Amino acid sequence: MPNSDLRPPTLKVTPEEYKEITKKLTPKPKVVKNTILAFLVGGLICSIGQIIINSYMLYLGLTKLSAQIAGTATLIFLGALLTGLGVYDEIVRVGGAGGIIPVTGFANSMVSPALEYKKEGYVFGVGGKLFTIAGPILVYGIASSIIVGIIYLLLR
Amino acid sequence: MKNKKAGNQSVFFQNPPVVISGYSVVGPKEGQGPLRDSFDVILKDTYDGEKSWEKTEAKMLERSMRGAIDKAQVPLESVDYILAGDLLNQIISSNFAARQLGLPFIGLYGACSTMALSLALGGMLIDGGYASKVLCSASSHHDTAERQYRLPTEQGNQRPMYAQWTVTGAGSILLADAGNGPKLTSATIGRVIDYGETDTNNMGAAMAPAVADTILNHFQDLNRPPDYYDLVLTGDLGVLGLQLVTELLKRSNLNIRNTFTDCGVMIFDTEQDTHAGGSGCGCSAVVLTGNILSRMQSGEIKKVLLIGSGSLHSPASALQGESMPAIGHAISLEMQ
Amino acid sequence: MFNNIIPAFLVGGLICVVGQLLMDLTKAKITPSHVLVGFVTCGVILGALGLYEPLVKIGGAGATIPLSGFGYTLAKGAMEGAQSGGLIGAFSGGIQATAVGIAAALFFGYLVAVVFNPKG
Repeated sequence: MPNSDLRPPTLKVTPEEYKEITKKLTPKPKVVKNTILAFLVGGLICSIGQIIINSYMLYLGLTKLSAQIAGTATLIFLGALLTGLGVYDEIVRVGGAGGIIPVTGFANSMVSPALEYKKEGYVFGVGGKLFTIAGPILVYGIASSIIVGIIYLLLR
Repeated sequence: MKNKKAGNQSVFFQNPPVVISGYSVVGPKEGQGPLRDSFDVILKDTYDGEKSWEKTEAKMLERSMRGAIDKAQVPLESVDYILAGDLLNQIISSNFAARQLGLPFIGLYGACSTMALSLALGGMLIDGGYASKVLCSASSHHDTAERQYRLPTEQGNQRPMYAQWTVTGAGSILLADAGNGPKLTSATIGRVIDYGETDTNNMGAAMAPAVADTILNHFQDLNRPPDYYDLVLTGDLGVLGLQLVTELLKRSNLNIRNTFTDCGVMIFDTEQDTHAGGSGCGCSAVVLTGNILSRMQSGEIKKVLLIGSGSLHSPASALQGESMPAIGHAISLEMQ
Repeated sequence: MFNNIIPAFLVGGLICVVGQLLMDLTKAKITPSHVLVGFVTCGVILGALGLYEPLVKIGGAGATIPLSGFGYTLAKGAMEGAQSGGLIGAFSGGIQATAVGIAAALFFGYLVAVVFNPKG
């Protein structure tokens, strides 16, 4: 809990007034610029994904579904690799959500903690930390899909 | 026995301890900043040949400790105590650096206020007659702090404009009961103040009330006029925190007209994309041992008040929704 | 063959804009991890309600590459599994449909973590 009521001399400003002052002086995020960059970076990653999927269908003769799966896996690989090379955090610094939301960002969220904690061993460091952020994503994604499946059964 | 306490929170030193040397080691980013010429050592990369950043930080701190002792040209054994602290869990950087020196060691935790805290306590030890030489040190490393307090360094993330950049650096000061150099004349130990800030990226806003409270008490306890100092320097409030503390002091009727600035604002250029400036124990440690000491020795500034600012939260307390308590410790250095 | 790239760009970009606005306009407590979890869960719900399907039809990769598409695939798989395999299918369908993605992330993630060191 915040403390006020201190022995004087102390600030002649209450925590409530301070909250107002802080709010007034805190710089706001550049929403317009950030949004445009997120649109461009996110759109670019998705269109690269589309180009990869198209090429898998055209040159490897994969079906649409297989090409989609393979394309996603390829992007995951690229996201992981760029994280290892130390590039992906720069992409997100510029592109914000445009770099976080595509699967490449998911790969980044798996690799970065694992990379960081490698010094703490291959079991707890790499193996465990791979799931620091991917864990919650999988937990909520899979659990809600099971609920969806069960509701689907009940409504059928 | 004469009472050396002044007012509620301050002490003044009857035989002021002397800063006989200071030594700073910084990382590459700090080495590109505006204060680059004032540092003793600038590392080429953030690892400096070590296998992990934690090892680098301990090595950096040890290097600054040995550097300060060598610069003063005193034997290692003549140092009575090391007072040191850092940001990592169980203050490992300090523990491991002190392991290498083999001197009596007192580990401190004051978050980013550690440099001011160690000097205040070192001064008390010397003026109290319990020591003749005390080594006061603090360190931080951007990457070790980032992963302990925030996210893995390679994880993509957009930092808000008011976020600060933890300084990679270690600074050490050797205090002695006699010698040439700036004198440590007084110290004000801060109270833990919490004005309810919960955003861990906004450390400047969390720390500003504690710093302002310490400044108010310092001037009242020692009965000094607001324009007593040539330079009033906060530890690592950053751009926003400095604005806030100025506003808080204005509303509390203390107008410090002289140069009022912040180590975190001084250490980086705006082009370096650190947003609100530097932070971390190393921030005030290297600015003080580098820039400030040399400006005092050259006679450019004579009286300096440094208020180290620390945010006392942990990642666990932040996740549990606790607000961030903070503290400010002040020390005054004067060149006769 | 390549006329689906511009729709992918537009749809993918717009989905990311939603995430960016979520991060910029809400409290600082919303971290990238929260956004990712939120997008997967929203994808599952929208997928289950049949509202994500049209986006995939228009945007192709622009709708499947964002993490909401991962949620959509999970929901679609669970429903298809329930259709063909009853209760067991409802449990296995989602993971089956996304197995390659999860395995790829795990495998490549491990490889990269072993080979590289963090640069800071």
